[in-house]
Amino acid sequence: MSAIWIAVLGASFTAFLNKYIGHSVPEKWLNRPSFMRINALVPIVLLSALVGVQTFANKKDLVIDQRAAGVLVALVALKFKAPFPVVVISAAITSAAIYNWF
Amino acid sequence: MSINPNRKQVDRTALSVAFTVGLYGAAFGAAGVTAGFSILQTCLLSILLFSGASQFAVVGIMGAGGSAVSAIATATLLGFRNALYGLQMAPILKVKGLKRILAAQITIDESTAVATLQENDADRRRGFYVTGIGVFVFWNLFTFLGALGASAIGDPAVWGLDAAVPAAFCGLIWPRLKNKTHFIVSAVAIAWALLLTPITPAGIPIITTVILAVIFGLKK
Repeated sequence: MSAIWIAVLGASFTAFLNKYIGHSVPEKWLNRPSFMRINALVPIVLLSALVGVQTFANKKDLVIDQRAAGVLVALVALKFKAPFPVVVISAAITSAAIYNWF
Repeated sequence: MSINPNRKQVDRTALSVAFTVGLYGAAFGAAGVTAGFSILQTCLLSILLFSGASQFAVVGIMGAGGSAVSAIATATLLGFRNALYGLQMAPILKVKGLKRILAAQITIDESTAVATLQENDADRRRGFYVTGIGVFVFWNLFTFLGALGASAIGDPAVWGLDAAVPAAFCGLIWPRLKNKTHFIVSAVAIAWALLLTPITPAGIPIITTVILAVIFGLKK
């Protein structure tokens, strides 16, 4: 089995486990203040790290290329409360324009 | 089961949320194929994993050359919030056996959010199920279309897909940044990941940012 298949099936299994556990355990097990604060920050740090890596990493090198321009445009779109498709498409158009014309 | 005006209102909210969120599925489908997943593997993530942020993390980390273990660990940590949603929904849904399994699978950001907006338990249940099933249908449909579209494209950079994926992540983070601390934590996490990128195997720069969440979470 390839690594991708392991990732697909493994992550699907633990995702379901997460969902099912919530429906099945007593509330006090998970409902602790410091735990809740950490949990609110977990998606922020993981997704931010992914944005950083996907924008600036090329394998193990750090580069500034068309992707950075696309993401910058996406951030401006978000700042102006643009809907999700506009955010993604404006980033794609910006990046593609720079990649194809320069 | 009488149709009252309020139920129509719940359905309208639920379905518009489901459709809008479903559109994200196209971005995910494209991201999966761009990262080297087959159309089948990409679609299976939307059917089986069915939690946007975790799915994007799996394809992002594998696409960058990370190990299956770091992809699974990151996705699992991202999916933990669904356990907390389950805690919230269980006393309202009161389901057992097969129904609990189905309810668990559609316990995600959107179904819980629409449910909590309602004023009584009957509407909360309705909101949860219509949103959850609706997102499931649209999310999977658009995942397939996105994957199909991206597989027809050779070099993802030509169509800007290389920037569309991190832009989609920005769209997922943005609504979570509710105060100054959140912005600082986000910036520190980016800096941390970039510092580690040249010196650690792919995936490690991302999963280790959880340490930052623990440090900042315990601080206050």
